[in-house]
Amino acid sequence: MNQLYQSQRAMRAMRKAAMQRGVVAILDIGTSKIACLVLRFDGTEGSRASDGVGPLAGQAGFRVIGAATTRSRGVRFGEIAAMQETELAIRTVLKTAQNMAQIRVDHVIASFSGANPRSYGLAGQVELEDQTVSEHDVARVLAACDVPDYGEGREVLHAQPVNFALDHRTGLSDPRGQIGNTLAADMHMLTVDAQAVQNLAHCIKRCDLELAGLASSAYCAGISALVEDEQELGAACIDMGGGSTGVSIFIKKHMIYADSVRMGGDHVTGDISMGLSVPMAVAERIKTFHGGVVATGMDDREMIEIGGDTGDWEHDRRTVSRAELIGIIRPRVEEILEEVRTRLDAAGFEHLPSQQIVLTGAASQIPGLDGLAARILGQRVRLGRPMRVHGLPQSVTGPGFSAAVGLCLFAAHPQDEWWDFDIPVDRYPARSLRRAVKWLRDNW
Amino acid sequence: MWPLRRAAGAPPRRDPAPSRWAYRMQRLMLTPLFRLTLRAGVPCLLVFGAGSLWLADEARRDAIAGRIAEMRAAIESRPEFRVDLMAIDGASPDLAADIREVLQLDLPATSFDLDLDAMRAQVAGLDPVKSVSLRIRPGGILQLEVQERVPAVVWRRAEGLELLDAEGHPVRPLGSRAARPDLPLIAGEGADAHVAEALDLFAAARPLWPRLRGLVRVGERRWDLVLDRGQRIMLPVAQPRRALDRVIAMDGAEDLLSRDIAAVDMRLPERPTLRLNPQAMEELHRIRRIEWGED
Repeated sequence: MNQLYQSQRAMRAMRKAAMQRGVVAILDIGTSKIACLVLRFDGTEGSRASDGVGPLAGQAGFRVIGAATTRSRGVRFGEIAAMQETELAIRTVLKTAQNMAQIRVDHVIASFSGANPRSYGLAGQVELEDQTVSEHDVARVLAACDVPDYGEGREVLHAQPVNFALDHRTGLSDPRGQIGNTLAADMHMLTVDAQAVQNLAHCIKRCDLELAGLASSAYCAGISALVEDEQELGAACIDMGGGSTGVSIFIKKHMIYADSVRMGGDHVTGDISMGLSVPMAVAERIKTFHGGVVATGMDDREMIEIGGDTGDWEHDRRTVSRAELIGIIRPRVEEILEEVRTRLDAAGFEHLPSQQIVLTGAASQIPGLDGLAARILGQRVRLGRPMRVHGLPQSVTGPGFSAAVGLCLFAAHPQDEWWDFDIPVDRYPARSLRRAVKWLRDNW
Repeated sequence: MWPLRRAAGAPPRRDPAPSRWAYRMQRLMLTPLFRLTLRAGVPCLLVFGAGSLWLADEARRDAIAGRIAEMRAAIESRPEFRVDLMAIDGASPDLAADIREVLQLDLPATSFDLDLDAMRAQVAGLDPVKSVSLRIRPGGILQLEVQERVPAVVWRRAEGLELLDAEGHPVRPLGSRAARPDLPLIAGEGADAHVAEALDLFAAARPLWPRLRGLVRVGERRWDLVLDRGQRIMLPVAQPRRALDRVIAMDGAEDLLSRDIAAVDMRLPERPTLRLNPQAMEELHRIRRIEWGED
């Protein structure tokens, strides 16, 4: 636990240093593309006129000065599979973004979608020393949360307090200064495979960059694709990426659940490639130009040229009707959505007061997806696009960049996490003192 | 599934990823300090280095110095800057000769070579010159306007005679007293510091003018007025003019100075004393003895 504290706190300090320098890069490492945005913080954060939501939802503190995207390499299911390849891709995208921003970036905040995220709900309770809740009491109650055994080789990625209760009043977002006897806290903890995090950290270090923060891309997509009241009332964000589909549930502006399905748009492309026996690149092109999930009578007559380069005239002049293509795409999309449905059911999504579902991510651009999703996931489905931030180029405003834009917001206004509060003194290891005593006893 | 044919003449696809060193180079080039060094520091260093390398050769340095001197000479020798004549105003002919000798100008000369301040100091250093102003008039004329000192007294010293002006400043040595019989004579060490007082006393002694020989400074503190026949009027340190007035008044009343007196001692103003000549003293004693009936 202490090691986690230290590494996460080191990243926090790095983030602070980056904010002071005013330039930080955010890096969304996906299975099909890697996006990099360079942010400049210009320190206009303090000029928020009212406590309410401003025209930019209070996100006016930074500006995007560089943006680049490149085809991802060596990433499978949102995890780094071939480090050298991924390093090359990160270098490519950073070089382009730096060129556009004309500034050197030293700090990077990264997000990734895979690595088997697993959510835990933690609860803790302490008696207050004096009647008023102080920051120290908050730290104590967070430390008092009973951490489940999340297994060997896992690492905590997020640990956010989502709710505080004082005596019998619950739903407090900030209990400091209030008066009561018992303080209880609920915390949401997200763990991922430690190996994936280490691989990512190593890749970024190999590119001469400092890692200033890590986030789950499901969480980031939720921040940017859900609007304010959806986050407040309860909504699920489904980020359909290339290799994995992230699911995150928000309520009261806190993420309370995150998971990922290890299927995405690349699997659809693979199905097309296998079904029509064409290369992946051709399959990708056919999917983006002609893809769909709802077949109509018109689609039987619309023939698609598959093309080919074999030299065999018959083989190269094959055509397929759009209905057949939809027949390939639809089962896979249904499978993904069914899997998402299972995850949402497991998380108890049906108990939320509002059951809004927002589909985002590049794979959500298949025509007719919202209709299909409404049949599987529930009636309240909409397609989400990332929020507008200052200076964002038009080319990166599509739904595929929800996670990247959300990571910008995360970098500018990070949620309080466990490690932002000081460790209570009684939790410090007593070992050092005991060792000193032992040394004295042994030597005298 | 590799395509079986490659498009004819198309180069193989290149990896867009930068190499490690290209990436580092790009980051280095985006470092502000490095860019500043590259943009300003390196050109400065290059220019400086090339310049010093070129100037390292002695012959080139000399050539540059020679070229500069040549250009300078060309400008200085223009007629606009040439001085042909020296005009001296307000000086007697021998003083003008002295000034010419002191300055030792090699005319015509360029006005850049004339150091007017030094020349002014040189001329002002001459004794007979009270003040001088120098300027170069248009037309290449060096104009000196000299104000000469006017001799007021003759000072006799062991070294010889010297003319002093009213302030006691030496004007020039004098060959013989006969050359300037119109000026009064003073003598004694330290007399030149009190010329104004001496002139005042001479003015007071105007009635004695025909008999007056001069003033002697005694002990560097007071004056003796010397008349012919060796007569002296010893004046006090304080208010000598008043004492002299008293003596002249006594002379007017009693015909004092025409008697056989060696000195009138006025050093103690409340007790004027007369010193007689020896014969007169003898005579006085004789008359006393007669009066007392001793003989």
